[in-house]
Amino acid sequence: MSQVVIQFKNVVKAFGKQTILDRVNMTINSGKTTVIAGPSGQGKSVTMKLILGLLRPDSGEILVEGHDITKMRANALNEVRTKFGVLFQGSALLDSLNVFANVALPLEERTKMGSEEIRSRVLAVLAQLGLTGHEEKYPAQLSGGMRKRVGLARALMLQPEIMLFDEPTTGLDPENTLEIYKLFLETQKKFGYTSIIVSHDIPKVFNLADQVIVINRGKLSTFASPEDIQQSEIPDIQAFVQYTMGKIYLSREME
Amino acid sequence: MIRYLEKIGNNTLWILEDLGRMGSFLVLGLGGVFKRPFRFSAMIRQVRLIGADSFWVIFFIAGFTGMVLGLQGYYTLRKFGSEGALGSAVSLSLIRELGPVLTALMVTGRAGSAMCAEIGIMRNSEQLDALECMAIDPFRYLVTPKFLATIISVPILTLFFNVVGIFGGYLAGCGLLGVNPGAYWSGMEQSVVNQDINMGIIKSFVFALVIVWVCAGRGYFVHVIRGAGFGAEGVSKVTTQAVVLSSIAILIWDYLLTAILL
Repeated sequence: MSQVVIQFKNVVKAFGKQTILDRVNMTINSGKTTVIAGPSGQGKSVTMKLILGLLRPDSGEILVEGHDITKMRANALNEVRTKFGVLFQGSALLDSLNVFANVALPLEERTKMGSEEIRSRVLAVLAQLGLTGHEEKYPAQLSGGMRKRVGLARALMLQPEIMLFDEPTTGLDPENTLEIYKLFLETQKKFGYTSIIVSHDIPKVFNLADQVIVINRGKLSTFASPEDIQQSEIPDIQAFVQYTMGKIYLSREME
Repeated sequence: MIRYLEKIGNNTLWILEDLGRMGSFLVLGLGGVFKRPFRFSAMIRQVRLIGADSFWVIFFIAGFTGMVLGLQGYYTLRKFGSEGALGSAVSLSLIRELGPVLTALMVTGRAGSAMCAEIGIMRNSEQLDALECMAIDPFRYLVTPKFLATIISVPILTLFFNVVGIFGGYLAGCGLLGVNPGAYWSGMEQSVVNQDINMGIIKSFVFALVIVWVCAGRGYFVHVIRGAGFGAEGVSKVTTQAVVLSSIAILIWDYLLTAILL
């Protein structure tokens, strides 16, 4: 039985009069891949920001490895954040720094490594992700797929225990989308991180999932497989399934 | 009627919220000085951007401001037969008032707008969120070097403005209009006292803090500023707002400091 790394207990988050999450509960287990899906504007990104402590819930508890991050002060929260690596939707590379400096940033700021060691580590990760020769380029000079790869390299530098992927394939062509999934599988195998993927790329992304969480109208529903989602009796989920997957979908056909 | 009261209440709440946000921004921006590792090289780079790169702008503005003061002062003083007081008139106006205010307004327009837009774009493209997620404090990493660089640069630029302005006044008064150079310099020496110079320096420190607080702060909160809109439009509106707010705040603080320090 794998260990629980993230747990939501009765979490409520509202913006003004709009309730985004209404007393939701969820559990994410160590080493597993959880896909968070759902229609736009239903709170997928808010859930991700809550996990990272970038937003605080109105009530409820968010436990990361058993510690409630909702009541933590900035320093303690920073300690928890060192466990996370994040690949943002737009990659969020610092656009005034080149590829090398972007990837080296976590090591320079968070460790006491010397410049030679940082250099060799960064070059090794860049080589693994097929970015050798692009060290001096700036984010504006890279394609969308390459920016994602640099973002992934930066997120992996501190060997995170938990990786969050925010719409990792949005805006990419099918070739780059497959490339990102391939890199995801390779890096997860190598680093063994727990991963949380927020994605619209349904049903493809379900192939990666150990569990799927669908957010709809402030509620979360957890499913063990795409078939379970299809068999859901919740009308909103049925509508979402019809819209995104069509009537017939079996995960084994996608393998 | 109730809707009207609701609107007033809503706006008051928003202003209080905004003041609270900006207050905590000031504390965290200055507090970053005590966090380690201190980013000395980033601060030096900002001193170059805010200070050294403003050299020629300040040089021309100070030179021509001094020359205009020389011309205007000469024709006004001539009515009273006291052209010899031109040196003290030009130097006192510059050191106590025009030097600090014009330098601050120029730095607001040149560097304040740039820092607001830079931080605003970083906010909108999730770069600040990325820093936080990497457990890198955005204040220590980004904001504090700008705070320190502005506080270092503006007083130095103000002193430079004063010197160039006084020479500008000399050029117009003595070079073009025939005022006695000896009278110009001795008038300045006799009338300018330490208190005048201190007043100018205190003003320039306060103005520096106002510039970086308002401009960097508005950029940092671009996503929550009411009515700013989103994306590039949001950044452009907030940058304009930052320059206007900072300029008004500089003039208000100028009045208050003059009233207190005189």
